[in-house]
Amino acid sequence: MSLAVRLQALAVSALILAAFLALWQIGVSGTGPTQQMDPEYAKLMGATATEGKSAMPGPLDVGRTIWGHLKDPFYDKGPNDKGIGIQLAWSILRVGIGYLAAVLVAIPIGFLIGMSPLMSRALNPYIQLLKPVSPLAWMPLALYTIKDSGISAIFVIFICSLWPMLINTAFGVASVRREWLNVARTLEVGPLRRAFTIILPAAAPTILTGMRISIGIAWLVIVAAEMLVGGTGIGYFVWNQWNNLSIVDVITSIVAIGLVGMVLDQLLAQAQKLVTFPE
Amino acid sequence: MGQNLIAIEGIAKRYPAKGGGETTVFEDLWLRVRRGEFVCVIGHSGCGKTTVLNILAGLDAPSAGTVIVDGREIAGPALDRAVIFQGHALLPWKSVLGNVAYAVASRWRKAPKAEIEARARAAIAKVGLAGSENKRPAELSGGMKQRVGIARALAIEPKILLMDEPFSALDALTRGTLQEEARRICRETGQTVYMITHDVDEAIYLADKIVLMTNGPGARIAEIVENPLPADRRQGAIHHDPNYYALRNHLIDFLVSRSKTFRDNPPPGYDPRHPPLVRLGGPAPEPRLPRAGEAERHLEAAAG
Repeated sequence: MSLAVRLQALAVSALILAAFLALWQIGVSGTGPTQQMDPEYAKLMGATATEGKSAMPGPLDVGRTIWGHLKDPFYDKGPNDKGIGIQLAWSILRVGIGYLAAVLVAIPIGFLIGMSPLMSRALNPYIQLLKPVSPLAWMPLALYTIKDSGISAIFVIFICSLWPMLINTAFGVASVRREWLNVARTLEVGPLRRAFTIILPAAAPTILTGMRISIGIAWLVIVAAEMLVGGTGIGYFVWNQWNNLSIVDVITSIVAIGLVGMVLDQLLAQAQKLVTFPE
Repeated sequence: MGQNLIAIEGIAKRYPAKGGGETTVFEDLWLRVRRGEFVCVIGHSGCGKTTVLNILAGLDAPSAGTVIVDGREIAGPALDRAVIFQGHALLPWKSVLGNVAYAVASRWRKAPKAEIEARARAAIAKVGLAGSENKRPAELSGGMKQRVGIARALAIEPKILLMDEPFSALDALTRGTLQEEARRICRETGQTVYMITHDVDEAIYLADKIVLMTNGPGARIAEIVENPLPADRRQGAIHHDPNYYALRNHLIDFLVSRSKTFRDNPPPGYDPRHPPLVRLGGPAPEPRLPRAGEAERHLEAAAG
């Protein structure tokens, strides 16, 4: 894309943001005194009743809150009052552990399914049955068997990350070009060396696509899972702030969740670029 | 017979047919290739010439018969037989050097890295690609890719080079250059080559012996034609050789008509174990030049 188009796109993006913030600010600002009332009574009723001001915070309120969080993201004042940085760190940690466990399971099993038509047929019904199950449906079972809410959340991440990686790995391995395998065969390359030097690099772009889908789903699911299990994490933080009726913190969390999700996706996108080869 | 590097002994290939029974692609195929010989196989599509090559490579197994290479029955692919694939089959995630070095490292597993790289570089230089070692296959033209394919095959110093229509996907100019270089390299190193082609002129230029296969199903080796052209033939000049048109007409006649009728009406005394060896030539025949376009029409009919 040319520089001019890029600059134009940037300008349009900025314009959309400005319009959105302006509309938001106008939408939540007060309409002025609504009716004459006793000042003591007005104080009791708050600005919503007296000045028509929305209970919804405006962009400036959110901006102030975000600034506040940025100044001190890692404070810890007891179980119900931790900085947003600590909460995000907990969520990222859970996603990281559950996701890595899924990588360790999905890629070898995906290789097995991709290389063996027999195993592919044998395991297919289970995959088809379990894949559409919402990962949160596993939560009660996890809580009952694992008896630890934190590990249960990790298990839910593991389960939801598993399927896209498993299916993509199996597909990528199964569709390695026959002629590349024939090259390995004519060179008397053993099975292990073939797996690492031919099949893995050939299937890597497809595998990385699965990993990218999985990290996206995992980050979606962790918020819901932490709302259920509570204690720590950004999902819990959102729910806690809702209980505190702190809409401004809820909005801040939405922005933070979006940003972290974007960074995770971009990390995988960069990894994908590294293993993609032009043909 | 120590001279025979390859002995194909009565191989057949059969597939289960759709409505029950079996389809025989070819059967009772016998062929001997001597050390250092350049053999080209010509036949219509569907006669199983690629299957024969795959059996020689060990990538496919015959339904009957055996193949003996250098005194031993083959059992699967091995490093003594290198294949140059029709679609070059380079690994796109490796560089030119990486592709060739992969083959070298497979051949000499315990060789130090420096030696592997040196051998790979030498093979790349042999096909005229020195300077392109670090390019990816996607950055190369079709002809250069096939050169890498040749370098990869030669780098492992195979007893036999198996080529499946290696130049058919290239434009005419590139094809000519590559044929010339392939012939030069094979003559210099005394390489034994088994090559499939559908290009009569390619066979005439490259081959010492041209094997003619009849149409399938049930294909046979009809005859083996010895190339009467001098060994120091030059590509641009072969059509001036007095034996050129006799040979070319013989091959095209076979492709146009005899390849169809041979199976049902084999010549008297035909023995599939010893396909007749045909020697053309002797005194130069009448300069019977084909009318313009005639040969090409035959070729098209043959290829169609």
